[in-house]
Amino acid sequence: MGKVMPLEGNNAVAEAMRQINPDVVAAYPITPSTEIVQTFAKFHANGQVDTNFVAVESEHSAMSACTAAAVAGGRVMNATSSQGLALMWEILFITASLRQPVVLSVANRALSGNINIHCDHSDGMGARDCGWIQLYGENAQEAYDNCIQAIAIAEREDVRLPTMNCFDGFLVSHAYELVEVEEDAAVKDWVGPYKAVRPLLDVKNPYTVGPLDLWDYYFEHKRNQIEAYVAAKEAIIEEGKRFGKVFGREYGLMECVDLEDAELAIVALGSTAGMVKDTVSELREAGKKVGLLKLRSFRPFPDAEIAAALKNCKAVAILDRAASYGAAAGPLYAEVTSALYAHKAEVPCVNMIYGLGGREVQPEQLVDIYKALEDVKSSGQPAQPVRFVGIRE
Amino acid sequence: MAKNLKQLVDSPVRLTGGHRLCPGCGEPIAVRQVLMGTDSPVIVANATGCLEVSTTIFPYTAWNVPWVHIAFENAAAAASGVEAMYESLKKQGKIDADADYKFVAFAGDGGTYDIGFQSLSGAVERGHNFVYVCLNNQAYMNTGVQRSSASPLGMNTTTTPAGKVQAGKTKVQKDLTECLVAHEIPYVAQSIPGRWRDLVGKAEKAFNVDGPAFLNVLTPCPLGWACDPAVTAEISMLAVDTCIWPLYEVEYGEYKVNYTPKEKKPVDEYLKLQGRFRHLFKGEEGAEVRKQIQEYTDRKWEQLLKKAGQA
Repeated sequence: MGKVMPLEGNNAVAEAMRQINPDVVAAYPITPSTEIVQTFAKFHANGQVDTNFVAVESEHSAMSACTAAAVAGGRVMNATSSQGLALMWEILFITASLRQPVVLSVANRALSGNINIHCDHSDGMGARDCGWIQLYGENAQEAYDNCIQAIAIAEREDVRLPTMNCFDGFLVSHAYELVEVEEDAAVKDWVGPYKAVRPLLDVKNPYTVGPLDLWDYYFEHKRNQIEAYVAAKEAIIEEGKRFGKVFGREYGLMECVDLEDAELAIVALGSTAGMVKDTVSELREAGKKVGLLKLRSFRPFPDAEIAAALKNCKAVAILDRAASYGAAAGPLYAEVTSALYAHKAEVPCVNMIYGLGGREVQPEQLVDIYKALEDVKSSGQPAQPVRFVGIRE
Repeated sequence: MAKNLKQLVDSPVRLTGGHRLCPGCGEPIAVRQVLMGTDSPVIVANATGCLEVSTTIFPYTAWNVPWVHIAFENAAAAASGVEAMYESLKKQGKIDADADYKFVAFAGDGGTYDIGFQSLSGAVERGHNFVYVCLNNQAYMNTGVQRSSASPLGMNTTTTPAGKVQAGKTKVQKDLTECLVAHEIPYVAQSIPGRWRDLVGKAEKAFNVDGPAFLNVLTPCPLGWACDPAVTAEISMLAVDTCIWPLYEVEYGEYKVNYTPKEKKPVDEYLKLQGRFRHLFKGEEGAEVRKQIQEYTDRKWEQLLKKAGQA
């Protein structure tokens, strides 16, 4: 049995990393993920891990070294946020294209400018097309659990895709919560040993990684990469079940709260989903047919599953903690509505952009969103597809 | 030097002849000589550039050793990552404790002097045990001869073109070798492909030191230098004889000039063989730039001799 410990989200992730004991961690700390690397550096300094910890000079070199270390043939982990993730951007594509199962914990934070260190999802959303699996956790427990599952998902032979363990900066990264930390041996056993696929350090079988790939092969290689996402979806479900069997907390592509008979639903990512859960139970007590779809896997995007879960709703609010400049709406809205359209689920939806740069979200605002959905339901059409929550007009 | 010429010729071929680099390119010559500097298994990290694109056009490869390319500016970071994994696995007993793998990063001057400078500086400061080789052809040749900070004074490039009011590049090159010396790493040296004994010997030293080593190799580029592909070796030797590119090494801060020409040749002899300096041989402005090049060369050479205690 594990033990329940009061931990900040960052330290919960560092605990998971200690238990996983990766072969290489190359990192350049950045707020609000700094503590992950700092705490891990202590584990390293105290000989609690076998890891070769490389304190590099930038996030760009961090991801470059991590990718190359993974190519060399071992387990590799890292952490970052915001500008750090943005500086890794170029290499994120390459990690994915080379099919290296690097696991990166991301304490989500706003992007500059102007500079802002607090939570929103601009960084994660910006990196959404880099080819990484993206899991979003709600709290410190999920950040810990997702970190462990990310390893198993990323390393499956049919997947072999790098994976981001995303959770909200400060709201989760710096908040103390009671976290059920499993026993070291149990985690080690659940994750299993690393199985290298064509390690570069196998000098007897030399090969060329990252060659020039022109019009005659590049497209097929990209197609293979796209196919890996199909396998990734299955992997997330299967590993989530396997995790549940051993540790009692089961995970899937998403979490549906009171959605079976819900007329009004909210779709959200991250810590906000926790507040929505409370709002749902309050409104349910008052007899309102409300529900929540908390999306866990943003990449791969479970389009059919989302459409099936929302198809009977009368109105849906999609909460975006990021903007997509020049687009019709926020990134999550665009993806959810396109899933609904593709799967012939005609549900009026409204986009609520909220919480940018760490702007607080209050339970009353969530109640207001459900109230607004009443109007959408009765009119049948969203009068204003994009709305802003908690903003000075 | 441990090996004689025959033994070198019989060394395993680590970069095969089936690559697509230009005739007369100095890079493959330098790479083959560097890789002759060790008999241990060697793993190559390569930056984006001529060497990378011309030796690995999928599904072909000209490399007989493990080779990885991540991007343009991170050959040093990539080599750090591979070396870090090697050290980790070795310490954990997952790689034989007696294994003696060597790591080398190859990058052009663009990927070293400019965009890759940070990752190089960071990697050598961290003390990774690898050899970094700058294949220095003094401009971004792969993308069409744009200037880099390794481009010399007066060079005609597509971004410092020789025009009516400007005679090519108006600034001297960055002295990157000295920047690396300032990092106080175990071994720093300059060489050329024209003097194989010098280059192979330096590569051997570089592979054998414990910690980072840096080799700056001047590699003539017939395309960018507009010179005869047949004179690659000779032209690099002229760079040495004019003292434009002195052969020297710095071991733990100790300077040693490896070659002092009996009679220092005027820089014009080197410049006139190359179309990239052709404009300097027309008019007064060109003559003035050539004079500046000569003065700069003399000054740097004297400074070097002083550092080596030879002046």
